[in-house]
Amino acid sequence: MKKVAFLLFAIFLTFTFGAQADGHCSDEIGCVVLAPDDPVTIGVMSALSGPVAFLGEDSVGGVEIALNRRDGLVLGREIELITEDSLCSAEGGQTAAQKIASDDQILGVVGTSCSGAAASALPVISAAGMLMISPSNTSPALTNADMDAGGLWQPGYYRTAHNDEFQGAMAAEYALNELGAASAATIHDGDPYTDGLQAVMARTFGEMGGDVVFQGAVNKGDTDMTAILTEIATNPPDVLYFPIFEPEGNFVAAQSQNIPGLEDTILMGADGLLVASFPEATGEAAIGMYLSGPYLSSEDYSAFLAEWDEEFGGAPPSGFHAHAYDAANMLLDAIESVAVEQEDGSIVIGRQALRDAVSATEEHAGLTGVLTCNETGDCATGEALGMYLITEAEVKEGKWPPDVIWSKAEAAMDDM
Amino acid sequence: MTQTRTVTRNRLFGIPLPAGRTGVDLVISALRIIIVALVVIGASSTLLEGRFTFEQWLALLFAGLAQGSIYALIALGYTLVYGILRMINFAHGDVFMAGAFTTVFLAKSLQQSGFLDSQPLLAILILMGFAALVSMTVAVLLERIAYRPLRNAPRLVPLITAIGASFFLQYTFRGLFGSGFKAYPTVAFLRGTIAVGPINIPVAQIFVFLSAIVLMFCLYWLVERTRIGKAMRSVSEDKEVATLMGVNVDLIIVFTFAIGGALAGAAGVINGFFRPQGVNFFMGFFPGIKAFTAAVLGGIGNIPGAMLGGMFLGVIEAIGPNLVLNGLGIPSANQLKDVIAFTMLVLVLIFRPQGILGERLSAEKA
Repeated sequence: MKKVAFLLFAIFLTFTFGAQADGHCSDEIGCVVLAPDDPVTIGVMSALSGPVAFLGEDSVGGVEIALNRRDGLVLGREIELITEDSLCSAEGGQTAAQKIASDDQILGVVGTSCSGAAASALPVISAAGMLMISPSNTSPALTNADMDAGGLWQPGYYRTAHNDEFQGAMAAEYALNELGAASAATIHDGDPYTDGLQAVMARTFGEMGGDVVFQGAVNKGDTDMTAILTEIATNPPDVLYFPIFEPEGNFVAAQSQNIPGLEDTILMGADGLLVASFPEATGEAAIGMYLSGPYLSSEDYSAFLAEWDEEFGGAPPSGFHAHAYDAANMLLDAIESVAVEQEDGSIVIGRQALRDAVSATEEHAGLTGVLTCNETGDCATGEALGMYLITEAEVKEGKWPPDVIWSKAEAAMDDM
Repeated sequence: MTQTRTVTRNRLFGIPLPAGRTGVDLVISALRIIIVALVVIGASSTLLEGRFTFEQWLALLFAGLAQGSIYALIALGYTLVYGILRMINFAHGDVFMAGAFTTVFLAKSLQQSGFLDSQPLLAILILMGFAALVSMTVAVLLERIAYRPLRNAPRLVPLITAIGASFFLQYTFRGLFGSGFKAYPTVAFLRGTIAVGPINIPVAQIFVFLSAIVLMFCLYWLVERTRIGKAMRSVSEDKEVATLMGVNVDLIIVFTFAIGGALAGAAGVINGFFRPQGVNFFMGFFPGIKAFTAAVLGGIGNIPGAMLGGMFLGVIEAIGPNLVLNGLGIPSANQLKDVIAFTMLVLVLIFRPQGILGERLSAEKA
């Protein structure tokens, strides 16, 4: 008898509240209704443990500063932040997304850290009607809607990180136009990230009139690079681009010095080697090497860094904190713009309306530049990138980070 | 009954085979022919293309010999332990890491004090001694804690334990020294080159090769010419009989682990001066696997065999991708250098199942 009464009560509740929501919600994929005392809930999915935990720490810090600057309030309500560990793997992304999707109060998510985690998290988030804005996914596939071409895009995906297309293209552009290189060779290590970067660099370099003489790969864990370097030396390129990580990148740089034929080849890497231990471990071979990576310079950014130091102490551990800050602000701005306050003091937010609002982001003045989202969620300008040059000071005196000698944003300014 | 079995064994896909041959024999012969043909076709088309100069092949050969010397030094530890205990000590790569990782800090302080630059050879000897001591301690503790209690267990049990011990060592050292990459300092005299005929060989490669040869001869002398070596060989032949003859088997086994560990530690420092970068807690894993391959290739349980196997593997890795795979038109040939190394292992083992220098194991030993 008790059970039946409970069941009836449950049905009654469902109908009343369901009807109430229906009464105000005309959104095609549903609404989030905030009762007068409810906080506004947003999620974060980041790599909080494992070898790239520093990426997650970096992003979460950026989001927290964005919230602090609003005094933790949006629409006059407190912001509740739900943080999930999405690791740097497909399984991690899946698990974190399931947890987020099971909480129907969550409006949107800042995350994930890694492209691999995003690929499995996105279908879950998209099906739940939510949206995610990643501060550090760079894989081109995530914002490619063409499934036959390997595209992974689904409605509800956005990112403030630069697509690899930007970084690879910048390396090619810099090699051709600034260094005057006529030929290039590339090495990746089998990782989709490094393979993607070298492919974009080689394609752009070729399209711009350069000659790509070699594209090859090493394995993670290799220590002897003589074989591949000797193969490259049979037709020495002007630039050798290897957007790989430590320690394989160190071995390539150091061993290239002993290969006859590669004496005049300029070495170029990407953000994977933009770490303080690289120049010291590689030694003199690293002097004169170029590295591409995220780069920001503005008064706003200096203020941000000062706030970071005050809040967490020291400098941010990686290069995507400003992207996370911008992602959080885009999400909160969109929430503000679509929220509808009811007479009874509750707030109704349509999920499709929220996606539309983020998609419509135009000239959002963020820390990483002026952001405008395209139809598949690429919001970064690609201007928050620069080329770093490693000199004697980094190798011998431990200076870090190295100086930025060229940046996309400044080059764009010069053109104007 | 016997009749039917003989008939089925001598048929392949229903076709009768010549007397005395089985289907397995035929498949192995076919494999031999296919692999040899691929190697010959690949190599000859690369050589005909003439993309690489003779000097470049020589440079690759020397680089391969140097890398192979490192494999060989680690392989000696595998082969010693296998010879005595018939056990594969999969944690041996991590014993190598223990010495190399711990000594990197001493090497840095020796460099900062200026000692490394003023007395490079003496400093390297001190560092090798220190690393040998660390690795020896780790290896002996490993034997005492992880292997001795399981000595009479089925053979699979110590193998699984060894894999567990390998993880334990890796994460212990990660906890001790962190997960970042460290690098050995470089020494001026190792940076130079020596002109040999048409090419300049880096001194570091010669240093590695000579160190490995010297250490191997010391070990060979120890095993073949000393009392304790005789005891080691007797334990290897038959533990029970050795006990009856008054040999302290436990002591000999500890000694074997100690020697293998010391060689691995020395190899860690030699490797550090040869390939300074990439020192971290995981650095022993791949060299460990390669060294094990080298030991099997040379004939496991055989000391010159381990040496030869290591050199062979190093050279194949350095020359193989460019010589064979490029000739066959395979893209990204260098990414497949492990494939070619292991194909060579298969090739050697289908011609000589006991390894290059290995003796056919008696039922008792195997």
